Amino acid sequence: MKNNGNGKKVLNFLGNNSVPILFILICIVCIPVSGFSPSYLINEIVTRMGRNIFLILCLLIPIMAGMGLNFGMTLGAMAAELALILVSDWQIWGIPGVVLAMILSIPFSILLGALCGKILNMAKGREMITSYIISFFMNGVYQLIVLYMMGPIIPIKHTTVKLPRGYGIRNSVDLFHMRQCLDNLMAVRIGGVKVPVLTFLLIGLLCLFIIWFRKTKLGQDMRAVGQDMDVARDAGINVERTRIISIVMSTVLAGFGMVIYLQNMGNIATYSSHSQIGMFCIAALLVGGASVDKASIGNVFLGVILFHTMFIVAPKAGAIITGDSMIGEYFRVFVSYAVITIALIMYETKKRKARSRAGQQLQLAQQEEEAAANE
Amino acid sequence: MNETLDKSNLNFRERVSEFVAGFGLPRLIIAAFLLLLFIAAPFVGADFWTQISNTINRFSWNAVMVLAMVPMIHSGCGLNFGLPLGIISGLLGATLSIELGFTGPMSFVMAIVIATPFAVILGAGYGWLLNKIKGGEMMIATYVGFSSVSFMCMMWLLLPYKSPTMVWGLAGKGLRTTISLEGFYDKVLAKILQIHIGNLSIPTGTLLFFALLAFGMWAFLHSKTGTAMTAVGSNPTFARAAGVNVDKMRLLSVILSTWLAAIGILVYEQGFGFVQLYMAPFYMALPAVSAILIGGATVNKATIPNVIIGTFLFQGIVTMTPTVMNSMIHMDMSEVIRVVVSQGMILYALTRKTEATK
Repeated sequence: MKNNGNGKKVLNFLGNNSVPILFILICIVCIPVSGFSPSYLINEIVTRMGRNIFLILCLLIPIMAGMGLNFGMTLGAMAAELALILVSDWQIWGIPGVVLAMILSIPFSILLGALCGKILNMAKGREMITSYIISFFMNGVYQLIVLYMMGPIIPIKHTTVKLPRGYGIRNSVDLFHMRQCLDNLMAVRIGGVKVPVLTFLLIGLLCLFIIWFRKTKLGQDMRAVGQDMDVARDAGINVERTRIISIVMSTVLAGFGMVIYLQNMGNIATYSSHSQIGMFCIAALLVGGASVDKASIGNVFLGVILFHTMFIVAPKAGAIITGDSMIGEYFRVFVSYAVITIALIMYETKKRKARSRAGQQLQLAQQEEEAAANE
Repeated sequence: MNETLDKSNLNFRERVSEFVAGFGLPRLIIAAFLLLLFIAAPFVGADFWTQISNTINRFSWNAVMVLAMVPMIHSGCGLNFGLPLGIISGLLGATLSIELGFTGPMSFVMAIVIATPFAVILGAGYGWLLNKIKGGEMMIATYVGFSSVSFMCMMWLLLPYKSPTMVWGLAGKGLRTTISLEGFYDKVLAKILQIHIGNLSIPTGTLLFFALLAFGMWAFLHSKTGTAMTAVGSNPTFARAAGVNVDKMRLLSVILSTWLAAIGILVYEQGFGFVQLYMAPFYMALPAVSAILIGGATVNKATIPNVIIGTFLFQGIVTMTPTVMNSMIHMDMSEVIRVVVSQGMILYALTRKTEATK
């Protein structure tokens, strides 16, 4: 009997964590095949953790408010890129440049986030697809601003940033003087592995902030809204406002995260840096075992490590196994999309099951009531 | 005297606002914008009839893929963001038809024949999945499309295609990213009964082919099964009470939509002249979705006129903006306008309060 219970527990554990377990298996198979040295791998993963974790953490707040995966985090990334383009045109370099870019991204992020939140309030129940389309729509507006308005309307001076035709921004903006300045400031080398301490400190601060925020009144309100909007409204919570705030916070944090990401990369791909970022961050979070309605800081860390290990080793392993380097390249793209698809399917089936269970309970209660009335 | 004038004035204004409300403001703006482009075209030196034929041409390429949206909207599955899945069946049909050595018009027929079982099988799986996750169709459809496209990216490299017209010349394996259809079914429909008057040319065959499919769809929607499908879409509980098998209807609509998408991409290819593989089908759902929405469809209601009007307006803007805008302000803003118009339209449809119940 007890054994049976244990078996069930194990099965439950496997079922609930199937995605991370699958990824651990992929990594176990691919790491030896790829033939990368451990020190190289650890170095790469630590770099990518510093680069990505801040961005992924921003997804936690909308999940808390029951708005699902925020595909609109791209908006924050766009805000950060706008800020960085302006800062690099003003030729403010190094740490002051990074800090200024972060500060400058805040108003853009708040504006975009508030707009996104307003639209999402008009599309309750289909937030994810709407936020996904918003990111496409805003990409169009972003192009309009960067490609046509920067120059004639928003003054841009330097030819290193501006296109030769006199308006618009180059395809790639160099952040050479800003490159890894945050990462290098307090970097520590531990056995050949460079650890960007300052970046990790910032990430730690954000984690603490999120833990603290969950306990505040606003955080509690958000969780209540995420549980049940109607109940929250009856309890006197301004549901619409709470939801907008959660999206604005997520967008602002995504802006900071994108500045950190880009200072690590060292250049901005003006028209494409932001377009994939949402997808990769969401995939990484889901790989860590998060679901659409539940995610923790632990999921973020585990997800980044597993997802990026796969990302580093898959092309090489694919090339060795099949003899074609493109296979691994496509494989990792496929895996990112497949993970998101599976997570979405699991979430929706779970939601449906819960709904039908609630319906059954209601029916049972009704029957009992009727039986009682008949007696 | 004055009073009656006021009244008629008011009536007129009311009628206008009623018309606007019925037709939808964004649609009106888009139609007016397109009209403006057509009027402006001769003044900026673009030939009017060439523009018209371009628009009609592009209409004929895309109309079938937009038509593919109709069945799923009718059965209440929402907008089919999973269109790439059907496109992949079409691509499999196209490549296998060439691989098996068919040429000329026969290759087009065979492509349709081969694509059909793929579309039915993939559509059935996809429909089964959508039945499991009622209410969350659109987001999952998007990602089913994405995963299938990226999965096929690997398959195009790994499948043992041999035909020298399709594989990479040096390696001798793995399909090329674009395959020319010259000698196969390039313009095979367009050439049937093609009309040339001066600069105006009309691909009659393609239009007739679309008309045939559109009529078939119209007839189907008015048949017993079609009516049952519409009932499932408008009120599933009522439909179930009336003895309609809801899941079966939804499954049928998804298969139909997937099959039409497969035919749609083949029609598109015969007009365009190339098969595009790998990441090309990735974002193909979005133009089709926004086209039918521009035509006046909503998330749960669509008709054949919506398809025709929508495709014409959308493709009109896509073809007209580059030429007209370029010569007017010497800036190529067409891409930005296209993105903002099409995504804006989808956003508008998703946020309409009346439809956001579910």
